[in-house]
Amino acid sequence: MTASDVFNRFGGVNLLPVILMILALPLIGSVSSWVTLTVAGLAMGMMIFLMASGLSLVFGLMDVLNFGHSAFISFGAFIAASVLAALAAWVSADSVILNALALFAAIAAASLFGLLAGWFFERVIVQPVYRDHLRQILITIGALIVAEQLILAIWGGAPIAVARPSFLEGSVIIGDVAIETYRIFACLLGLAVFVALSLVLNRTRIGLLIRAGVENREMVEALGFRIDRIFVGVFMAGSALAAMGGAMWAGYQGLISGALGGEMMILVFIVVIIGGLGSIEGSLLGALLVGLLGNYVAFLFPKLSLASNMLLMMAVLLWRPWGLRPAVKL
Amino acid sequence: MTATTQANPAAASHVRAVRTGRIIVWSAAAIIAFCLMFAPFLFPDVRAQQVAARICVFIVLAASYDLLIGYTGIVSFAHTMFFGFGAYGAAMALKSMGAGFDAIFLGGAAGVALAALLAVAIGVLSLRVKAIFFAMVTLAAASVMMVLASQLSDFTGGEDGIVYSAPKLFSPATKLLTDDNGKVLKILGVSMNGKVAAYYFVFLSCLLLFYALVRIVRSPLGTVLEAIRENELRAEAIGYRVVAYRTAVFVIAAIIAAIAGVIWAVWLKYTGPESTLSFAIMIDILLMVVIGGMGTMVGAVLGVVIMTLAQFYLKDVMAAAAEATSGLPLVPHLVDPDRWLLWLGILFILLVYFFPAGIAGTLMKKGGH
Repeated sequence: MTASDVFNRFGGVNLLPVILMILALPLIGSVSSWVTLTVAGLAMGMMIFLMASGLSLVFGLMDVLNFGHSAFISFGAFIAASVLAALAAWVSADSVILNALALFAAIAAASLFGLLAGWFFERVIVQPVYRDHLRQILITIGALIVAEQLILAIWGGAPIAVARPSFLEGSVIIGDVAIETYRIFACLLGLAVFVALSLVLNRTRIGLLIRAGVENREMVEALGFRIDRIFVGVFMAGSALAAMGGAMWAGYQGLISGALGGEMMILVFIVVIIGGLGSIEGSLLGALLVGLLGNYVAFLFPKLSLASNMLLMMAVLLWRPWGLRPAVKL
Repeated sequence: MTATTQANPAAASHVRAVRTGRIIVWSAAAIIAFCLMFAPFLFPDVRAQQVAARICVFIVLAASYDLLIGYTGIVSFAHTMFFGFGAYGAAMALKSMGAGFDAIFLGGAAGVALAALLAVAIGVLSLRVKAIFFAMVTLAAASVMMVLASQLSDFTGGEDGIVYSAPKLFSPATKLLTDDNGKVLKILGVSMNGKVAAYYFVFLSCLLLFYALVRIVRSPLGTVLEAIRENELRAEAIGYRVVAYRTAVFVIAAIIAAIAGVIWAVWLKYTGPESTLSFAIMIDILLMVVIGGMGTMVGAVLGVVIMTLAQFYLKDVMAAAAEATSGLPLVPHLVDPDRWLLWLGILFILLVYFFPAGIAGTLMKKGGH
């Protein structure tokens, strides 16, 4: 049995994040900082996963790549910040219920905006240019410019501080390891979304249609299903997830500016490329790799943190030009 | 020939419309060329010369981008990265070796070589997949370079960039021509100092590069590129190696962008992330090429001039509008002079919907197929 057989038997590419974690331990040296960095990496990965999954599915289903996706991330972050600012009394209140309500309201507002804006975006911006990649790229870039300028016009150029609900402040301390509560929350939320998405995709009729559409759109259409209607739904859900990811990111960072969407977009693209287009599992895998590697490298070699993701992408592309777990081949 | 034209009046009017459109486009291009050629004499103030030099450099940059997006159908977001390689190469050499043409040549050559090398790597690695994938890869590469440039401050000066001096020939104190008294000679009220030499250095090198681009497009290579854009599979079936051609044209465009960067660095005497590498410049180039007309070359000229002038005059109009609406909520923010990109973005979307051929393309093919 060769090494690659062993590798494939124990999960293949799914093992990569685990291998990365094990490799990082001796390099970092101290167990407590390793745990802190790993949890931070997982949390970051989960938030990026929220943003990337929608983009990946939208592309897989309809061959549409939305360069304006980052607009939803930014809008989500700013809307969540505004809601939290408006509910300042609840956010700082001593009761966990009020805290949770404020947080829920912020995330719900961002996601709701994502749903509505996604519908508008799909109908007005994307629909007229189906199956024309060049114009798709141009139009969504145009929409991105407009959206970024709108954010600047509404919220101004100065960075905005985001209030974090007080029950998510502070850390959980186990032995000599301190873990920020917010990171645990981000991990749990990301995991919940992943499980929900997997269930919908694998266990429901609509999920079956979506997966079939990713595999072969024409055939599903020929069988009499209106794939364009399903696509609007997927686009809306993807935009809502991006806005939710943006909202979570706003709370994680604590300080947001108009450049946020653009910065995250680069990570999201890298994740989608690494993971392979069209698959939820690929997005999760890519997001975890990017989050973990980003945090480890930022600790070990601070200057290389963004370049590390680029190198990771190059390495993956050399190894597997379609990404780690693609659902569609380009 | 005449008989058929007479028999079909609709075709005749179409031919006439196309001809009118061509005349408009070419005369506009001729006026622009004339203005740029005599810019130091027509617009003597410093600011206008700055604008003229910027237009020259950006025409080359936009035209080389047109070679990619318009002629070959490759969408790259790394064009400013190559521009930046050339600029930083020249800037670092001028800073460390002192102001001289040898520094420009050595540093520029190093920057151009690095740009070509990276273009080969990116091209071979990712041009075999679809356009959309390539766009993502280049976007990621360009943004990483931008971060590197601002973080490796020992080499690149970080966010502040590099300030240096250009060769002595280009300094305003240099006397190019002297009159009988040994003073700087004035022609049409413009003193013949180093500034004029610098401008003509920019103008002539850009003219040369633009001519090279036009020759490439008109050559058999250009025809193959258009064939690849129109029908990739068919081009491959005829026997052209699509990946090789795409990589080659990507490298050519990268080299020309890098040379434009060298010229820009020499003119500006400053190189920083904002002036060469920023995503805003990439967006500018994209808008210029699409507004002007993809796949026409002359469209790049029109697009650059329109965008550059809009950047200056649209802001004035918007400042007036913001003043007039200052009592209303939100509206003054939307027409704030800093938000000019918002309106340009909307214009851009409408243009891609209704006139995907851009100004030059629409005018030259007026009447449709």
